Amino acid sequence: MTATTLSRTAEKETTLHWSRVVGTGLIGGVVAIYVGLVGMIEALAGRVVITGLLTTGQVILLGVYLLMSYQAAQKLTGADAKAGPLSVVAGALAGLIISIMLALLVVIGQQINLRAMFINASPRLWELLTLGRGVPTGLVLLMALGAVLGALAGGLALLPSRLRRAVSLGLVAVPIVSILNTALFAGRGVSALGALLIFAFFTAISYGWSSVGGQARERVAALPSGQQRLLKMIGWSAVALGALALPLLGPYPSEIIDTVGIYVLMGLGLNIVVGFAGLLDLGYVAFFALGAYTIGILTSPEITWLPLHLTWWEALPIAILVGVISGTLLGIPVLQMRGDYLAIVTLGFGEIIRLIFLSDWLKPLVGGSNGITRIPRAVPPPQGFSDQQVLWYIVLAGIVVAAYIATRLKYSRIGRNWMAMREDEDVAQAMGIDLVKTKLLAFATGAALSAVGGAIFATKLTSIYPHSFNLLVSINVLAVIIVGGMGSIPGVLVGALALVGLPELLREFAEYRLLVYGAVLVFMMLKRPEGLLPEARRKLELHEGEEV
Amino acid sequence: MALLQVDDIHTYYGAIHALKGISIHVDKGEIVTLIGANGAGKSTTLNTICGVVHPRHGTITLEGEEIHRLPAHEIVMRGVAQAPEGRRVFGRLTVAENLEMGAFTRKDKEGIKRDLERVYALFPRLKERQKQLAGTLSGGEQQMLAIGRALMANPRLLLLDEPSMGLAPILVDLIFDTIKEINAQGTTVLLVEQNALMALSIAHRAYVLETGNIVLSGTGKELLNNPEVMKAYLGVE
Ligand SMILES: Nc1ncnc2c1ncn2[C@@H]1O[C@H](COP(=O)(O)OP(=O)(O)OP(=O)(O)O)[C@@H](O)[C@H]1O
Ligand SMILES: [Mg+2]
Repeated sequence: MTATTLSRTAEKETTLHWSRVVGTGLIGGVVAIYVGLVGMIEALAGRVVITGLLTTGQVILLGVYLLMSYQAAQKLTGADAKAGPLSVVAGALAGLIISIMLALLVVIGQQINLRAMFINASPRLWELLTLGRGVPTGLVLLMALGAVLGALAGGLALLPSRLRRAVSLGLVAVPIVSILNTALFAGRGVSALGALLIFAFFTAISYGWSSVGGQARERVAALPSGQQRLLKMIGWSAVALGALALPLLGPYPSEIIDTVGIYVLMGLGLNIVVGFAGLLDLGYVAFFALGAYTIGILTSPEITWLPLHLTWWEALPIAILVGVISGTLLGIPVLQMRGDYLAIVTLGFGEIIRLIFLSDWLKPLVGGSNGITRIPRAVPPPQGFSDQQVLWYIVLAGIVVAAYIATRLKYSRIGRNWMAMREDEDVAQAMGIDLVKTKLLAFATGAALSAVGGAIFATKLTSIYPHSFNLLVSINVLAVIIVGGMGSIPGVLVGALALVGLPELLREFAEYRLLVYGAVLVFMMLKRPEGLLPEARRKLELHEGEEV
Repeated sequence: MALLQVDDIHTYYGAIHALKGISIHVDKGEIVTLIGANGAGKSTTLNTICGVVHPRHGTITLEGEEIHRLPAHEIVMRGVAQAPEGRRVFGRLTVAENLEMGAFTRKDKEGIKRDLERVYALFPRLKERQKQLAGTLSGGEQQMLAIGRALMANPRLLLLDEPSMGLAPILVDLIFDTIKEINAQGTTVLLVEQNALMALSIAHRAYVLETGNIVLSGTGKELLNNPEVMKAYLGVE
């Protein structure tokens, strides 16, 4: 029995799937062509990542090469067997295929005018793809480069997993740091030497941490509990100080951070509804809108039919209350609905709220498409600081409170109820869980947090319009928690940084935002369905039986 | 007074008249079984008792108290627990968490601990697999878990819906032995079964259900020897 299993694994190691390698290379080629034809490479060619060496457009192409060649190298034998040096060959082959396909595109593009269909199939793109050397020199160069890149990616597969992870992290860090530098501090990318240093730094840190981290954690675990708590406190204080210092980056970064923060806040709320309770709510923007409009109506001097003109702080509790009530009211009719039906009804609800605010009928009250303007700031900024910088502290307070509530709820009895309900409503009920109360509580809590997000949003922009509250907001928040890791609280933070923060930084991306969203989501669902920073439980479920 | 008295209940699913006047009773300490063909209304009867669906007519009383209008969670609090058909365990919770969920309505920490020990004693296999996700248990283990989870409510009345469904003969024997054991420890059991032979042989009394009506009742022995039952449910000509 054991003998046969053994021989079978041995056999498996020797089967090489070259056709899969070619297939992966072809897919990579299609992706690369696609990226070229939608204009990403051109649009991002102006943004420098490494001075005189790499632009953002090239980095994207590079990413396609490395990722797909690496995949190809792994496909050669399947995940559990090592191909040895052959994986370098496989990577090179895949890289070469990608280059050949791009080269074909250039050749065809120069013969036939593709611009009737693909407006970005321009001479500029051909120039970029041939590295400015023209046909045929550039094409030869492209293929050679493709093969080399592929070989490097294939070589990555040879490294021990710890080193591989460290190197990958270092590679990813270079463009991120560079983009941050450009976007936030008006820099122009980083120099080649700088890039090398960044790469070395992150690789070393990651590698060092993976060897020392485990030991350190063990040693900490061995400490007496008093000291452990002290260490934890120091850690948290550092995080807190970092968070408090963020506005020092400047007014423009602060604005981005505020936006990310609002999404974190909403993500935390939706995470309760979808992640904990398993109720797929696609109308989450409704409560965001209601929170914002409540603030608008109660605080703006424009509103003459209700001359309360409260301060933002006075209006905030009312906005939260409106959130809770509307969340509950939406919850009641959908109590009996499950899964896809619930999704559709809530989706409709979100649109209805937006249309109501847009309607002529309510125009005298909420301004129709003109919205409400002149919403006061929550806190007047001190000398030398911008409103956006000060607002961060309100956002931060909101996040801290929301994270606290979410954590407490998750590990409480209510959290257990949600989990059981998510698993099987009927049985949960038969166990003695009051479904009505449990569901409404999830809706109401989620809605309240969304309303807070809306309230902050209103004072951030000081004016609100119905079109700010479209379906896309709901989808964005949902994508944030899916990418971050459904049900995971730190995951929300990571998801918001990745999906809201990065696109804000890469302004040129704006046009491709949805495209990238789609691609990222598909990729995540295939490769890492549990999200970037998953809840321990989900990880257990989705990767059971895989080697760790 | 009977522990459970079901009196002329009619249950509908929309226009479908699933139960057409069912009357049964279960006395304290008994094992009572409900047998019948597919679609006869056995699961519906159990679901009506535990409040997952509500009867349009008729009454259900638990030690004299009417319960048929109560929501499911309140019926659980009164000591009725069900192991539903098809071993619906919480797949993405661990074995231990599933059992904890069973004790959901209870506050007595000591009692819960004692019952956990009891369940683990009845099903040692569950103890070995405490940390495993319930969805990855084998079918038989899931059935044990479903029964164990119901027991964690420390019920006065345990409702079991086809506990032997899809199990190998040796496991069926184990499950039925355990049901007897649970009953001997003082829990009253209302058992729905396709495996009429096994069910009748451990039951004190039994009812035969056909398309929403009770057509026969008697002690387990009587029904085992009843020619109609033999022909229809035991496959004996
Ligand atoms: N949720 C439902 N909606 C509509 N009809 C239902 C529903 N549940 C059960 N029924 C119908 O009610 C009748 C009784 O079903 P029930 O599940 O009680 O049968 P059963 O005796 O448990 O059968 P089995 O032995 O196959 O489990 C069947 O005709 C079934 O189709
Ligand atoms: Mg049934």
